Amino acid sequence: MIATKSIQFSYEGIPAFEIPDLEIRGGEALLVLGKSGSGKTTLLNILGGLLAPRKGEILVDGLSLYSLKGQKLDKFRGKNIGIVFQKPHILAPLSVAENIALPHFFSKSEANDKVDHYLKELGIMDKKHAKINTLSEGEAQRVSIARALVNEPKIILADEPTASLDDENARIVVQLLKSQAAKLGAALLIVTHDQRIKSEINQSITLKRKDL
Amino acid sequence: MSMLKLSWKYLLAKPWNTTLNILLLALGLSIITVLILIQDQFENKMNRDAAGIDLVIGAKGSPLQLVLSSVYHIDFPTGNIPLDEARGISRNRLIKNTIPLGLGDNYQGFRIVGTNHDYLDLYEVTFAAGEAWNKAFDVVLGSRVAQKSGFEVGDVFVGSHGIEAASHEHDEHPYRVVGILAPSDKIVDQLILTSIESVWYAHDEEHDHGKMEEEVAKTGFPEVVADEERELTTLLVQYRNPIAAVQLPRLVNSRSALQAASPSFEISRLFELLGVGISLVQGLALIIVLIAGLGIFIALYNSLKERKYDLAVMRAIGASREQLFVLIILEGVLLTFLGAVTGLLIGHFFLYILVMTNEQGALSGLSAGVFLTQEWWILAYALGVGILASLIPAWNAYRTDIANQLTK
Repeated sequence: MIATKSIQFSYEGIPAFEIPDLEIRGGEALLVLGKSGSGKTTLLNILGGLLAPRKGEILVDGLSLYSLKGQKLDKFRGKNIGIVFQKPHILAPLSVAENIALPHFFSKSEANDKVDHYLKELGIMDKKHAKINTLSEGEAQRVSIARALVNEPKIILADEPTASLDDENARIVVQLLKSQAAKLGAALLIVTHDQRIKSEINQSITLKRKDL
Repeated sequence: MSMLKLSWKYLLAKPWNTTLNILLLALGLSIITVLILIQDQFENKMNRDAAGIDLVIGAKGSPLQLVLSSVYHIDFPTGNIPLDEARGISRNRLIKNTIPLGLGDNYQGFRIVGTNHDYLDLYEVTFAAGEAWNKAFDVVLGSRVAQKSGFEVGDVFVGSHGIEAASHEHDEHPYRVVGILAPSDKIVDQLILTSIESVWYAHDEEHDHGKMEEEVAKTGFPEVVADEERELTTLLVQYRNPIAAVQLPRLVNSRSALQAASPSFEISRLFELLGVGISLVQGLALIIVLIAGLGIFIALYNSLKERKYDLAVMRAIGASREQLFVLIILEGVLLTFLGAVTGLLIGHFFLYILVMTNEQGALSGLSAGVFLTQEWWILAYALGVGILASLIPAWNAYRTDIANQLTK
């Protein structure tokens, strides 16, 4: 579903990251491990179409991601790539349901309304009209997962999704990500240094930086 | 969800900030609205009321006061002039017609104007009920007077001396309503019209009841016995030809007791004097609007700092740069649109209050329900301010660096 070919990326003044070629098929999950500063998040941004690499290519379902430009890339990302961030980053002026519906709106796929479906799948149906500031951390993270899933993407990227959660919630979040990705047949990539996740997902790679 | 709704939700998330900005803008725009409404209607009304009157002749004093008192019935009369002199002037070949006015009494603040039927023709009045006066102490009420007093044809009332309410009453000579005028949006709406004779007889010490039953003069001057020294307040003059405009005022002013004043000249002088004040207030209103614009700019700019994450998240879930740009511009436009609409409403409401509390003054007869084309310009101006104020914040939103923002 997603594959990378000899990506290179470097920030100014810092040696280039070593990013191995990787491939995740639909329904598979991959854990990306590494110390902080090893380029985990940078890799996730590159895979998510948020940050263009210096060199190399990212293929999503056979399509070269960065051959798309501007609005086309934005719409493609909205439709095909779901991203879960370390913090939920839910838009406070909107309700839970409106937050989850937002990807539908931005990628113009409102006809295919999956909001209620994912509220149910993630067990937050009772929070549908809740205000954002009344949610607990775990609930907020589930809302952000629902938002990442609502367009039924081909790829799900998660950046330290469990970092700020307790054991119980961390386990639930990883389980949800795994099961939903499997249901959608989507490729799941989780960037983390959280030991609790390692037991849940077998496949992993570890990133290193030359000088670290 | 739509872009408009999304913008609106973000404005609602900061209700106090939003309200403050809307009110500040509304304040500035409402001042401009009131000024525009008053200026337009006031000038219109002033010109309408002076139509057909080329010159006013009265006692010496301020020419502006003479015009205000005898054409618009707002200031005090300058004094009276002898009937003989008035009659003498009116025979001048430069004059086409004169209408004599005898002022000085009122009924509850509505001025009683002694005149002849030519005055009715001058303002092209139509009667809602009854007919014009025939005898002394017969009166015709303007539509507002009738509405306020509740009088109908056949009713009787007592006038008071002076042009303001609650002075000494002429209780020996009640007036009888014989006619009521249809609303005309002119000064006659607020006047009580009667014959010159009525005004004279009301002030006479002796009462000759036989005289009061005679028919009064319908045009020109009333006939008087030679030894009576009757007076008028003013003469409204129509020129026979354009030369009169040059010669007649000079001729009249050279006579010791009389003064001539041109309504159009005096009124344009008045507007010139008022114009300075109006420009000042207008300038102040414009500055308030600019400050409101600045307020909107600062509010958007600051809220953008807090919202960088939100904007980055929107990009991550499929929003394009252009959509974020539009989102912020819409917020500015929404704010100013609401401010403009509120401002226009407040402006009209303010004028309504002003007119209501000023029923017999200079602003009476103005309408708060009039919508002028200039008000569309106010709206356009406000939206322009909104777009201008949101341009820089919108550009910042357009340039949001998603990857950097989300991983901070």
